[in-house]
Amino acid sequence: MMKFKEVKHSIPKVDGRGLLKGKSAYTDDLAVESALIIKLLRSPYAFAKIKSISTKKALKVEGVECILTYKDVPRIPITRAGQSYPEPSPKDKFILDNYVRYVGDEVAIIAGTTDKVVDDAMKLIVVDYEILEPVLDFEKAIGHKSIIHPEKEIYTMFPMGLDAKNNVACSYMDTMIVGDVDKQMKESEVTIEQRYFTNAQQQVPLEPHTSTAFIDVQGRLNIITSTQNPYHTRRIIGEALGKPQRDIRIYKPRIGGGFGAKQQVHNDLFTAIVTLKTGKPSKCFYTRQEVQENTFTRHEMRFDIRLGADKEGNLEAFDMQLLSNTGAYGEHALTTFMVAGSKLLPMYNKAKHLRFEGKVVYTNRCSAGAYRGYGALQANFAVESAMRELAEKLNMDPTELRLKNCIKEGETSPVFKVMGEGGEGIAQVMESCKLDYCIKRGRKLIKWDKKYPSKQIAPNKIRSVGTAIAMQGSGIPLLDMGAAVLKLNDGGFFNLLMGATDLGTGSDTVLSQIAAEAIGVPVDRIVITSSDTDTTPFDVGAYASSTTFVSGNAARKAGLNMRAKLIEEAAKALKAVHKDDIIFEDCTFKSKFGGESITLNELSQGLYHKFGADMKQLIASGSNTSPKSPPPFMAAFVEIEIDTETGQIDILEYVAVVDCGTTINPNLAKIQVEGGILQGIGMAMWEDVRYSKDGKMLSNNLMKYKIPNRKDVKKITVEFAESYDPAGPYGAKSVGEIGIDTPLAAIANAIYNAVGVRIRSVPLTPEKILMAIANQNK
Amino acid sequence: MKLKLNINNRFYNTNIDGDESLLDVLRNIGFKSVKKGCDTGTCGVCSVLINGKPTLSCQFLAARAPGHKILTVEGLGKKADKIVDVIVNEGADQCGYCGPALVLTTYAMKKELKNPTIEKINHYLAGNLCRCSGYEGQLRGIKKYMGVK
Repeated sequence: MMKFKEVKHSIPKVDGRGLLKGKSAYTDDLAVESALIIKLLRSPYAFAKIKSISTKKALKVEGVECILTYKDVPRIPITRAGQSYPEPSPKDKFILDNYVRYVGDEVAIIAGTTDKVVDDAMKLIVVDYEILEPVLDFEKAIGHKSIIHPEKEIYTMFPMGLDAKNNVACSYMDTMIVGDVDKQMKESEVTIEQRYFTNAQQQVPLEPHTSTAFIDVQGRLNIITSTQNPYHTRRIIGEALGKPQRDIRIYKPRIGGGFGAKQQVHNDLFTAIVTLKTGKPSKCFYTRQEVQENTFTRHEMRFDIRLGADKEGNLEAFDMQLLSNTGAYGEHALTTFMVAGSKLLPMYNKAKHLRFEGKVVYTNRCSAGAYRGYGALQANFAVESAMRELAEKLNMDPTELRLKNCIKEGETSPVFKVMGEGGEGIAQVMESCKLDYCIKRGRKLIKWDKKYPSKQIAPNKIRSVGTAIAMQGSGIPLLDMGAAVLKLNDGGFFNLLMGATDLGTGSDTVLSQIAAEAIGVPVDRIVITSSDTDTTPFDVGAYASSTTFVSGNAARKAGLNMRAKLIEEAAKALKAVHKDDIIFEDCTFKSKFGGESITLNELSQGLYHKFGADMKQLIASGSNTSPKSPPPFMAAFVEIEIDTETGQIDILEYVAVVDCGTTINPNLAKIQVEGGILQGIGMAMWEDVRYSKDGKMLSNNLMKYKIPNRKDVKKITVEFAESYDPAGPYGAKSVGEIGIDTPLAAIANAIYNAVGVRIRSVPLTPEKILMAIANQNK
Repeated sequence: MKLKLNINNRFYNTNIDGDESLLDVLRNIGFKSVKKGCDTGTCGVCSVLINGKPTLSCQFLAARAPGHKILTVEGLGKKADKIVDVIVNEGADQCGYCGPALVLTTYAMKKELKNPTIEKINHYLAGNLCRCSGYEGQLRGIKKYMGVK
């Protein structure tokens, strides 16, 4: 086991005390009082064409500063996805358009001096719509007579199968094929063929999306925003408004949760254009209803899974056919889809015949976008349910089936090379993989051998256990890049400038620990700033489980570079000492042969005040991108109690054993997993995005859309496997997403183990369970 | 309408519209610890103490507030430190958006709960939603503050 001084230690988050004591820190706290209030007039129809729109009366309301319709904004197709360039999402969105494609699509941007002024003006805008037949069922989208994107300008930056006249945002066929699945399925002794559905889910960051803009003294557009990726936001705003990036600054303050919701650009488009048009500061703070209805959900998906195995349970064939619903616009359509394959197929690398393909369709519903675990979570439900069904047919313990077929340390899968996120992937061998340990350890913690499959504890109560395993990635190989700058200050401390975006995960703390470890100083010598496109270096942003691994390695490299520079300057200051003979310990430099020493504080004072011609600013930087994306792994076990009269389920305990390499800050890593698990349990049990017949979202507030409270789950137990990945900073892999993947399948499997019914769609509601029990008894 | 509000043991004169929530008025005066999260009295991030009782400020008309003692985290000052410490020592503060309301509600809970248990704590704090932490870490910390094993 490696010994570390700063990493692998649980320290409080650097911003935690300030946040809990209510310091002004979030976007809305920082907006100037005079900022114009922006609200959006939104479409009442799922699909319509604007025949005419009049703002004449509305503009007469005193205090209204501007009202913009599709006639007043640049007609430049963009994607709001917030991804690297060229984006792997169709450019199918205008700031405003004469078509509205879901209930809530933006019709007009209204800016005025107060909420009331804007509300009054909104009521006076007159719109005449031609109502069109909406496409609401994603299984009927392909070839529907309504074409959701008839406009000519939309395009993709590289081929991804966009077929707008058939409502197909992208398709992925004939590529991810290894061996011959169809032939093997005929030859395998035991096979499974089933269809599974996952509903949409809402991210529900407690801070609604907020943006505020102003023009600075250099005439540049400044935007303070709750974003996960300031650099992509700067580029997208520039593209949408036809402005050079040079004239735009994006500043990310503290963020009140994101989970993917804030990877995309939403109200920044409106504050940007209003401030540019009026020259005045503006602010747009989404209501919860807007966050629910008008930002993005998780992609709804349908899976057709086929598995083939021999009688001993050796997996031979693995086929996944996928239909995904991207809603009105195609943000993350392709990549979410591909992750469904790339994070599941390699996990069962013993199967030699593999296929993964399908399509992503447009519908007249709320757009789908990024949400923690995207693609992987949906596929996990399908595949891990199917594995339990296969175990049943084999009459085999589900944990044994997984141990037999899961990927192990030193192994690989052809899938890594064939598919990445948006294109081809990169081959990699698992240099760290403790998945088998995680399964065995979790089995012990939940007391699987005693509890599997179930136990009747009362006439109407059964307790049972279920399991599922998962893998994720650590950033997107050779695409995600993060950078760090370290600046030595007079006073012997360092500014760590990171483009990486802490959205509440604790990355500012983790990155500070990594930089401190690399320099060889205590973490309190580091002051971190993240992130500001004018002053911090580039970073793709916080998504795809990238920050600790990708940006963390940048912080480590910057730290090592700074250490080398410090030692060189210390050697000069200590005269006649070669830099290789310098020992740097306890913030003091000395020769290994003894004699004089100089403290870090003294060295910094010398460099800035006393060394005459040798005075200089010490700055070191580090950039990182990796050909590897070492997957974290997790084995999950759940114990439930089910009431067979009501279908009610209680989650008694959720056990997770995780291999995420070194935990840079064990407390923060644990909370990431616990928080992910509860979001996953929420989706499995209660979180249900529902629409009316006309396509209006019904679950549009937190009374109708139930996220878990602290009474909903009795106990979550998280342990980490001792693991070290040589590619990670001090052995770390990612931990942000892995927690959310397993609850859907683990709980569905526990339900099966309790009452013998298989629910193949989420949420796993009491109604579905009771109906299934009733059908079983027929 | 003109109001005189007692916030954190100081009086503030303010001019508001009759339909303004206490949440909006507090934020406008400058108490930014009070957050807006859901607009429907569901998430708990706008909680303040009114005469010592946790109250959703988004559901409380500012016009009703005169004559009551309003306490926000800013007013708790050093009394917040022990609660803050047990939460940050578990890393359970995360994005922090629900944090000030959680600290305030925990402060009120300590005064109110005579024989605290895990169940009673979870019940008392059930209206304080958190989307980041999964609650386990918060419970680990708050248990210590409440003296519950």
